[in-house]
Amino acid sequence: MNLFSLIFGSSLGKKFVMAISGALLFGFVVAHMLGNLQVFLGPEQLNAYGHFLQTTPEILWPARLGLLAMVVLHIWSAIRLSRENKAARPIAYAVQKTVKASYASRTMLMSGLIIAAFVVYHLLHFTVLMQAVNLTGQNFSALLDVKGRHDVYRMMVIGFSHPAVALFYLIAVGLLCLHLSHGVSSLFQSLGLKNKFYGACLDRFAKFASLILFLGYAAIPSAILLGLVK
Amino acid sequence: MNLTLRVWRQKNAHTPGEFREYEATGIVPDMSFLEMLDVVNEGLIARGGEPIAFDSDCREGICGTCSLVINGIPHGGQRGTTACQLHMRHFKDGDRITIEPWRARAFPVLRDLVVDRSPFDRIVQSGGFVSVNTGQAVDANCLPVPKDDSDLAMDAAQCIGCGACVAACKNASAMLFVAAKVSHLNLLPQGKAEKDRRALNMVKAMDEAGFGNCSVTGSCEAVCPKEISLDFIARMNRDYAAALLKGKFHAKAQAAGG
Repeated sequence: MNLFSLIFGSSLGKKFVMAISGALLFGFVVAHMLGNLQVFLGPEQLNAYGHFLQTTPEILWPARLGLLAMVVLHIWSAIRLSRENKAARPIAYAVQKTVKASYASRTMLMSGLIIAAFVVYHLLHFTVLMQAVNLTGQNFSALLDVKGRHDVYRMMVIGFSHPAVALFYLIAVGLLCLHLSHGVSSLFQSLGLKNKFYGACLDRFAKFASLILFLGYAAIPSAILLGLVK
Repeated sequence: MNLTLRVWRQKNAHTPGEFREYEATGIVPDMSFLEMLDVVNEGLIARGGEPIAFDSDCREGICGTCSLVINGIPHGGQRGTTACQLHMRHFKDGDRITIEPWRARAFPVLRDLVVDRSPFDRIVQSGGFVSVNTGQAVDANCLPVPKDDSDLAMDAAQCIGCGACVAACKNASAMLFVAAKVSHLNLLPQGKAEKDRRALNMVKAMDEAGFGNCSVTGSCEAVCPKEISLDFIARMNRDYAAALLKGKFHAKAQAAGG
């Protein structure tokens, strides 16, 4: 036995992989929300932030590659673990009853898969700037502000002005927060960092953080659709 | 009271099973669930039928032998209660009760409601013990054990190995059982010497038996007749991680190589 097979081959090791990659992705989701909320500070602030990221490859690319690695590890462990879980109960019960297990805890795979599909769309929409998927017929890469920078602010406003796009976004962040309401406290359990003295506190933190994230993310398309951000 | 039972009948591990219905008549509310099944079986035997096979031994909730999923919940859903201690007063006259065996790939059905739980024995054989040299028993108080540790170890040691945790888990995971067995020895000074090896070996045996993984749903602790806490799974995860960080798997490989 070596360390590699103990981590990537054992049940607990795969849960460690899932927990650590999940923790880092949670950190990204928090940072991304804070970045996006700058839309409420006006075009100058948001475009300057976007310009800073786009012109700082020494930050942008390590972050992108790191995130990609975390996503790959998170999805890989999810697929392996859930295949093993399905195989462990070949015959289902005739009477299916749920004891204690929360809705979020039972639907982690499904919420995760829908979020993954959304992330692909979201990247094509706002990172690759693929014109065909934004449903507004506009070319986002041609949007420039007065200083010649990529106009992230107008891209956001135009992007979310399509109700279907905004709705998909709202559903995805809703599912993301459902996923995190279970995941953020479970990752401590998987890493062995939970006990009865602060366990309930972690559960509350997970639910609270998920709610804040949902409100923060949902505020952007909602404000645009309501005409509060133009 | 009179009840209708829908019971899983299966001749042996290689024959497909099916549900069959039985009428349980003249049931007294003071009977335990198993005594109710005894009455049904006596009726079946009197009519020349094959009695329903189910596991039972002490019938006082301490041996971990009974193993019935009653209306979808292992041991029937009364908190901290095994099926043998579940009384018929919790049911109503005319109830229709579905009785199924534990369902897990690692626990194949041997007959009707009896499953093979020997994977649990193999997990215990892989590390659920303390290696001691024979000789005179040491004085009971020469090894100090902090009271908090002994209390916690006793909470874990309450596990009777019935397998309800596996039966209740949506992933048929045995984590709660293994965590209880790892923890109750790892908490005590007698067990500390083999702490790392125990965590690694018992988890390995668990994985090899084909149980699922933990999704932290908490179903296991909710149905556990001994109310073993989910905290022990976190403790096992911690012991396992610590063993990895200490590189204990290398030490073991060297020892095995002579």
